[in-house]
Amino acid sequence: MRDAFVKSLLELAKEDKRIFLLTADIGTFTFDIFRQTFPNRFINFGIAEQNMMGAAAGLALSGKIPFVYTIAPFVTMRCFEQIRVDVCYHNLNVKIVGVGTGLAYGSLGPTHQTVEDIAITRALPNMTVISPADPLEAKKVTRAAVLYSGPVYIRLGRSGEPVVYESDYEYQIGRAVSLREGKEATLIATGVMVYNTLKAAEILSKEEGIEVRVINMHTLKPLDQEVIEKASKQTRGIITVEEHSLIGGLGSAVGEIVSEKKNKIFFRRIGLNDAFCSSYGNYEELKEMYGLSVSALVNAVKNILNER
Amino acid sequence: MVRSSSTIILKHKKLNNELKTKAKEIRKKILNMVMKSGGAHIGPAYSIVEILTALYFKGLRIDPNNPNWEERDRFILSKGHGCAALYVVLTEKGFFPEKELDKFCKKEGILGGHPERDKIPGVEASTGSLGHGLSIGVGMALVGKFDQKNYRVFVLLGDGECQEGSVWEAAMSAAQFRLDNLIAIVDYNKLQAIGAIDEIISLKPLKEKWSSFGWSIKEIDGHNFGEILPTLKLVPFEKGKPSLIVAHTVKGKGVSFMENKIIWHFRLPNQTELKQALEELELDK
Repeated sequence: MRDAFVKSLLELAKEDKRIFLLTADIGTFTFDIFRQTFPNRFINFGIAEQNMMGAAAGLALSGKIPFVYTIAPFVTMRCFEQIRVDVCYHNLNVKIVGVGTGLAYGSLGPTHQTVEDIAITRALPNMTVISPADPLEAKKVTRAAVLYSGPVYIRLGRSGEPVVYESDYEYQIGRAVSLREGKEATLIATGVMVYNTLKAAEILSKEEGIEVRVINMHTLKPLDQEVIEKASKQTRGIITVEEHSLIGGLGSAVGEIVSEKKNKIFFRRIGLNDAFCSSYGNYEELKEMYGLSVSALVNAVKNILNER
Repeated sequence: MVRSSSTIILKHKKLNNELKTKAKEIRKKILNMVMKSGGAHIGPAYSIVEILTALYFKGLRIDPNNPNWEERDRFILSKGHGCAALYVVLTEKGFFPEKELDKFCKKEGILGGHPERDKIPGVEASTGSLGHGLSIGVGMALVGKFDQKNYRVFVLLGDGECQEGSVWEAAMSAAQFRLDNLIAIVDYNKLQAIGAIDEIISLKPLKEKWSSFGWSIKEIDGHNFGEILPTLKLVPFEKGKPSLIVAHTVKGKGVSFMENKIIWHFRLPNQTELKQALEELELDK
């Protein structure tokens, strides 16, 4: 996803001279070509995210489109007040890009993992929050963010994410994508969890004969309410899947909508419990450990549907 | 030769006296304005009256009829709580009608307890949370360099505000990026909200700190137009470096019982105090 973003941004920067790339001492080789192509539009602010975000606001107030990029916890939490006041209060055209969200930084531990970013960014007025599912979507989101006027937070994976979209499709901010049909339940996922959810749905179909709908809710804010409405009418329940804390993320966002509906619908959330990750290991091992691997999702969904 | 230089001195004296009269009027208007609201920062506004008057009437290249003029100098009041002074100066300069001051902090007005961009003509950045303005100024100055514009970016900081770490992040980057189109002014009144700066977290040695961060510094009396005006003319003090003006000021300046008194950071005068304050401001000092 990271490479897809960088490639896409390079193309966009050739078309649109307003685009700048700001980073805080991150992207050793990642940005080499961008840097060589646009030496004056690549600014390394050093390890000083607050200043970088404030300066991004200054750039946007002067007509530029800054993409502010670093590891997700630092580009959201270290400078949260600058995002709130300088970017969102002014409603500026600043694009915030967090790399390695969820548990992607694996063995680097909780300081580098990001499981609270959806909760805090979607609480901000004027903010749009997007979590692309795969490299192709990351590319599309980058372009959509340039065309959209206003603050956008893009939460990326790290690298080597599997492909969800084999072929081209139409991307629109705020419009979720249905990836699979089924009536037993609707699984709504976001970010890298879309792939695992889709795989789990395939296994549920093949091995258990359970047919579920799978939705890619790439935009966390504004949330596609229509897709939730349809799921609650056309399927027998909604289960959300996210690599994020159960507090404030996709599950909370969908729950806010579902709980206020007249017709009650069966609703459950799968995500990370309210705790810091307590083990080291690689990304795949951590996903297994925290119940987010394909096999863990198959079991979780089966159990949830059994208790219904 | 002798005659012409004495003519210049006379001219300067005349200008300084005009600005002094203006500053006096501004202080009275600030007081009348804040009395109509439930609360305001008088002390922090009074310490920057001369700085703002000098900037808006002599320093900044701006056009009140065209507040978004692309080539304009930018001014950011990073110590947003001093906005009462900014509002009055902006009306004096013609950015918006003076009657707007009557609606200060009222639901039908545009002037709040901290300045807001887009609502108020002439306000470049919404401020209020301290430690934000200089970074925004860095971003604007970077674009000025990139687009090869001649505008300058002025940022007025509170002295207590310099306790925020983000100020120093911004200071380091401004020197690194050689932003000689960026000018910071520190309103050094030596008091913060609940005490003396030196007794809380001292900034000393303030000049040396900024200088070691790569800035070119001048120290002035922030109430003396004879020092403010010539200093503003000298920016940038050094090519390739951001400039800092350390302006020594007095919190609550102009009203004897407010000067250097912490309580006037946020207090509103009662009727007796108001009368005395207006009388004092009337007297030529």
